[in-house]
Amino acid sequence: MHLTEDDLVLHYYGEMTGADEARATEHLTACASCQASYTQLQRVLAIVDTAPAVDAPTGFERIAWARLEAALPARRRGWLSWFVLSPARLAWAAALVVLVAAAFFAGRLLPRPAAPVTTASTAAEKVRERILLVDLGDHLDRTQMVLVELVSADEGTGPVDISTEQARAQQLLAANRLYRQTAVSTGDTAMASVLDDLERVLVDVAASPSPVSQADFDAVRRRIESKGLLFKVRVVSSEVRERQRAAVQQQKGI
Amino acid sequence: MPHTDAAAVALARDGDSEAFRALVERHSRAVYRLAHRMTGSPQDAEDVVQETFLRAYRQLGRFESRANFSTWLHRIAVNCSIDLIRSRHHRETSHDAADLEFADAANDERTEHSPERLMLSTEVQDRVNTAMASLSRMERAAFVLRHFEGLSIDEICQALGMKANAAKHSIFRAVRKMRVALEPFVES
Repeated sequence: MHLTEDDLVLHYYGEMTGADEARATEHLTACASCQASYTQLQRVLAIVDTAPAVDAPTGFERIAWARLEAALPARRRGWLSWFVLSPARLAWAAALVVLVAAAFFAGRLLPRPAAPVTTASTAAEKVRERILLVDLGDHLDRTQMVLVELVSADEGTGPVDISTEQARAQQLLAANRLYRQTAVSTGDTAMASVLDDLERVLVDVAASPSPVSQADFDAVRRRIESKGLLFKVRVVSSEVRERQRAAVQQQKGI
Repeated sequence: MPHTDAAAVALARDGDSEAFRALVERHSRAVYRLAHRMTGSPQDAEDVVQETFLRAYRQLGRFESRANFSTWLHRIAVNCSIDLIRSRHHRETSHDAADLEFADAANDERTEHSPERLMLSTEVQDRVNTAMASLSRMERAAFVLRHFEGLSIDEICQALGMKANAAKHSIFRAVRKMRVALEPFVES
C-alpha cells in the first residue's frame, strides 16, 4: 500500500513511530511513485526555507525602544543596599515612620465624622471621574495641537526641525499610555483604539531624529492623515467634553 | 555602549537603561522577524517585541551569564508569540477553496518558467509569503513551530494547548497549502 501525503509529512519531520518509520523507509526505497512524491515534498519545503522572514520597518529599533522605555519597571536594588548606600534615605524613612504614627494616633483621638462612608465614597468617585475627564480632555486637546502642527507644516525639500513637537510628544506619551490602559480596562474600546493610534504616532515623532528627513516627516504626516487621526481625536474630544458636562449636571442634580 | 551582550546584560541588571537599550537595538529586528513569522501580522509582531523585552528585563536576574543572550531571547519571543496566539479569540476562517483556485491559476501561468531561474526570485518569496498568509492562525503557529523552530508535535500540543490530532491536522493542512502554492516552481 502506498504512503499517504500525511505519512510523507510525518516521515519528513521524523514524527513517525518506530515500526511505521521502518515501514515508510522500506516502502520509499521500493516504490518509485512514493519516492517521487517525497522528493517533491522535500523540494517544496526547501523553497519555504529560502523565503526570508518579513523584516521590520526602517528605524524599528528606535521605535521599539521608545515604546519600551516608558513601560520598563524601575529596577530595584536589594532593600539592604538601599539603606547602606544612602544614609540620607534613613532620615526620610524615620520621618515617614513618625508621620504615619502621628496620623494613626490623631485618627484614634479625633472625633470621627458622622457622614455615612458610602455617600462620601460615591461623591469622591464622581469627583475622581470628573477630574479624569478634565485631564483626558486636556490631553486630547494638547495632542490635537501637536498633530495639527505636524500636518499643517509648510511643504519643503530639506530636513525638518521638529524638536518642539518631539519634546511635546515625549511628554504626552506616558500620559497617553495610561489613558489607553484605563480605556482598555474600563471596556471603552472606541477610546482605546483612538489612543492606540495616537500612541503609535507619538512614538514615531518622539523617536525620530531631529532634524528629521523630509521623507520621514512625510511618512509621519501620511500616517496621521491615512488613519483620519485628527478627525477621530476631534470626535472623542467632543465626546469627552459632553461627558464632562453631563457629570457636572449630574452633580448639580439637574 | 557595551560591546558584548554579556557586558550589556551585566550593566542592565544593575539598572543601566542605556545598556538595555543597546540590547533592544541589537536584537529587536530579529525578534520582530520571528514574531511576524509566527503571528503573520505587523501589529502583533510589534506587540510581541514589546512583551518579549519586558519579560527579558524582568527576568534578567535569571539569565545565566554563560548562556547566549540571543538564544535566550529567542525562546522568550517564541513563548510570547504563543501566548499572544492563544489569547486571540479570532474566528478561524478557512481559505481553502479560494486558495486552491488561486493556486491552480498560478500553476497555469507559471509552468513555462524554468525552476532554476525562479528558485531564488522574489516571485517565489512572494508566493511563500502569500501561502503563509493563507494559513489560519493555528495552522501558521503549528507549522512555524514544527518547520522553523524544530519543535516536536508533542511540544507543539503543549505550547498551543491542542490535542495531538489537531496539531498534526494543522501541520498537514499547512503543508498541503504550501505544496499547492509552490509545486509549480519545483521540477516534477
